[in-house]
Amino acid sequence: MKKTDTSHYRHFLKVVDCQQACPAHTPVPEYIRLIADRKYTQAYMLNWESNVFPGILGRVCDRPCEPACRRGRVEDDPVAICRLKRVAADYKGDIQALLPEIPRTKNGKHIALIGAGPASLTVARDLLPLGYKITLFERDLQAGGMMRSQIPAFRLPETVLDEELDLILQMGLKVRFGVAINSMKAMLEEIFDVVFVGTGAPKGRDVRIPGRQEAKDHLTLGIDWLASVAFGHTRSIGERVIVLGGGNTAMDCCRTAKRLGGKQVKVVVRSTFEAMKASPWEKSDAAGENIEIIPNHTPLEFVMEKGKFKGVLFEELKSSYDEKGKRTLTPTGNTVMMECDEVLIAIGQDTAFPWIERDIGIEFNEWQQPVLDETSLQSSLPTVFFGGDAAFGPKNIITAVAHGHKAAISIDLLCHGKDPVLERPVSDFNLVSQKMGIHEWSYHNKIKLDSRYPVPRLDWQEAIEKLTSEVELGYDEKLALDEAHRCFNCDVHTIFSEDICIECSACEDVCPVDCINFIPAQAEETEVRDPIVVNRLRVSDINPEQELFVSAPLKTGHLMIKDEDVCLHCGLCAERCPTGAWDMKKFILNNAKAAIE
Amino acid sequence: MSYRKPQFRHPRLEVNDLGLTHRDYEGALSTLCAGCGHDAITAAVTQACAELSLPPHRVAKISGIGCSSKAPNYFLNHAHGFNTVHGRMPSVATGANMANRDLIYLGMSGDGDSASIGFGQFAHVVRRRLNMLYIVANNGVYGLTKGQLAATAELGMKNKSGEASLFTDIDLCVSALQFGATFVARSFSGDKAQLVPLIKAAISHKGFAFIDIISPCVTFNNTPESTRSYDYVHDHIVTAAVADFVPVKQEIRCENSDADSEDICLHDGSILRLSRIQPDYDAHDRLHAMARIEQVKAEGKILTGLMYIDPEADDYHEINQTTDTPLNALKQETLCPGNHVLQTINDSFR
Repeated sequence: MKKTDTSHYRHFLKVVDCQQACPAHTPVPEYIRLIADRKYTQAYMLNWESNVFPGILGRVCDRPCEPACRRGRVEDDPVAICRLKRVAADYKGDIQALLPEIPRTKNGKHIALIGAGPASLTVARDLLPLGYKITLFERDLQAGGMMRSQIPAFRLPETVLDEELDLILQMGLKVRFGVAINSMKAMLEEIFDVVFVGTGAPKGRDVRIPGRQEAKDHLTLGIDWLASVAFGHTRSIGERVIVLGGGNTAMDCCRTAKRLGGKQVKVVVRSTFEAMKASPWEKSDAAGENIEIIPNHTPLEFVMEKGKFKGVLFEELKSSYDEKGKRTLTPTGNTVMMECDEVLIAIGQDTAFPWIERDIGIEFNEWQQPVLDETSLQSSLPTVFFGGDAAFGPKNIITAVAHGHKAAISIDLLCHGKDPVLERPVSDFNLVSQKMGIHEWSYHNKIKLDSRYPVPRLDWQEAIEKLTSEVELGYDEKLALDEAHRCFNCDVHTIFSEDICIECSACEDVCPVDCINFIPAQAEETEVRDPIVVNRLRVSDINPEQELFVSAPLKTGHLMIKDEDVCLHCGLCAERCPTGAWDMKKFILNNAKAAIE
Repeated sequence: MSYRKPQFRHPRLEVNDLGLTHRDYEGALSTLCAGCGHDAITAAVTQACAELSLPPHRVAKISGIGCSSKAPNYFLNHAHGFNTVHGRMPSVATGANMANRDLIYLGMSGDGDSASIGFGQFAHVVRRRLNMLYIVANNGVYGLTKGQLAATAELGMKNKSGEASLFTDIDLCVSALQFGATFVARSFSGDKAQLVPLIKAAISHKGFAFIDIISPCVTFNNTPESTRSYDYVHDHIVTAAVADFVPVKQEIRCENSDADSEDICLHDGSILRLSRIQPDYDAHDRLHAMARIEQVKAEGKILTGLMYIDPEADDYHEINQTTDTPLNALKQETLCPGNHVLQTINDSFR
């Protein structure tokens, strides 16, 4: 097998699964270590640099990092990465002095941002310190986009939202709230050098079944209803509420309905409970508030009786999966009538670009999505960029932030007359030894066995009394430190120097998770995992998604092959190595934004 | 410094017939020097016992004094253990074996413990053919007392301070052969592919099994002048015969039973498949084995692998015609049947 290429950051980043899984490549283990050292302000700033909204994301992030967390491979639950981010935000000190300086003399380029959601605000945060002049357009009267209009206050308090939005709004950009852009053509005729579109996915999907028109006064699209609640227009709801849909918006709808007076709130979803799109924790939070989730039912008709709305008629479905794992839903013919006063439709949302003329050079594909270059987010009109949900349809906040970083790099390149694709900056990396002395490391290498600590929360009956009571109370300091110590420090890499290895096998013997192997194998120029070699590994049932770290041939001709899958980064290999052929080195990804793919 | 190994283990670790993984056969985290060959022996014993599915509580590990004799603390935490005085492991092992022949006896010793202070004990336990596995971790120096040359160091071998050995070495394999051991092997701590099957076969062998394991001392004897350094051993190793261990339950396939390979049935029904690396090597001829060890040594090389085996020979219990029931399980009335039996015996002489 071919020696692993360690000259590029890619190998090292892949081993830090949480950082790799984060669309913005937040250096997770580093900020968790800072929290463990009670350096909350530094932990916050490290987050702020890469994900822009640590306090917000520490509460409502989709947390792709957690399913990736290595801890989840050797025990039940990953480290509470997301909630530790909130800890950094909750306990930070004054950060004003740490914010980037905004140059008084501008660089002469003027950027327009459309929509004040996470994508646009990230572009602003990245470009303002470089001297750009920026004008932000927002149809609502406040910034935040879907973070304000769709995420209820009991999950994300307004104060937290405002605090982090203000950090950017006070960086000296021009904001024009309450201005809806009706024509891209007109926009392009203005003075702007570049236009960035971060308008999200503002159009809720509707249900087209009989009775839709007749019952329209009792039916509301979920995202519109949540926005109306967020801006104070809607303050109550009927006692019996049915929410259609199984995503996170459906979960927010049902929990909000419960707080606005819904006594009997049901969520009805076509899929099975397991296949629901909502994050597992959102489902359990809803269930914990006494909300019934009914899977395997599809709506057939909104039923009116004597001119009065009666409820929704459903048909039961059966989910089955074929060999390829593709799901088919088969109607069973059994119908169920569920009576209710109001229905919230939360079955999906789409982008909407009726305001972009189709004859101005911005190409759209068959799904009416702009045709974009995936690396630069540039549209077919070179001065127009898209990001966030507007770019490729609804995803999540952290993806929007990553898009913002990517677009900011592209815009900066374009404004300097460079090609946003071909001349993109490349990330590089540093490796810093953590050795302090014999068997002494500058990171906490003792592996803690504690299970994940649950975040303290309000009792559900108390929680549903008030719309703005934040359900999760956050970790106190003791819990935060305990949870932080569960992190394996995967960014502290095991670095191997084959030229000083004496092949004593001490590392192979001591490794608690059997990841190190010394095997007679040919160092052929093949990338593929040779099945004969894999079969000789101490644990041959390898995880195909994880790296095998292969050395150059050693003195005896053997290869050192390390399966990175469940490495605990405990440093025992380096402690037991008599020659220092193993060292524990911290990986620092420089210019992580350029590594966003 | 870490004093404990993390309890997490690989989620897809193989389990043996008892449902245990090799990690269930581990002991405390080693406090020997980093890179010590003894730790590799520890790992090999752990692996061999796990693969044999030995119930850990059926094993008794007995040792003397020295770095090697500390090693039993680092494997088989759930086995019986006795750390005796210097060089007296064979006596304690003999006593224990007499009292309970049902346990598996694993003696762990070093070059000082066996070739110097305990050489007399070593000689007698071999000639008694006690049913045990006797492992010597042989590094050629006394590590625990800062690296003086041991009796197993070859004439002329230099220690770390440059002092050469003035005396002829004691070759423990040759000695064991001469004293009548029925299983003799030499191996290298850095070659688990060879070592693990040897340990498994030696444990399954009935009678006295001896394995001399070259185990480099990284601190005091891993110098360029040493003949026990990792580099030197890697470069000078010559293999007599490779042993492959086939457990009882596994079907025996004869497809590669060519002239250079031979199946030997061990006492417990398992098979030792011997592949001769040197075509003319005869592992059933004691004198041949002794001669070859010396010959190869004269060429400046180290002969390893299985050197001699006699699976049929009687062990100490058979020679002594001891009772099949372990002494510790015999009832008082059987051991001491009382005055009337004595009277009957006495009467028979009248």
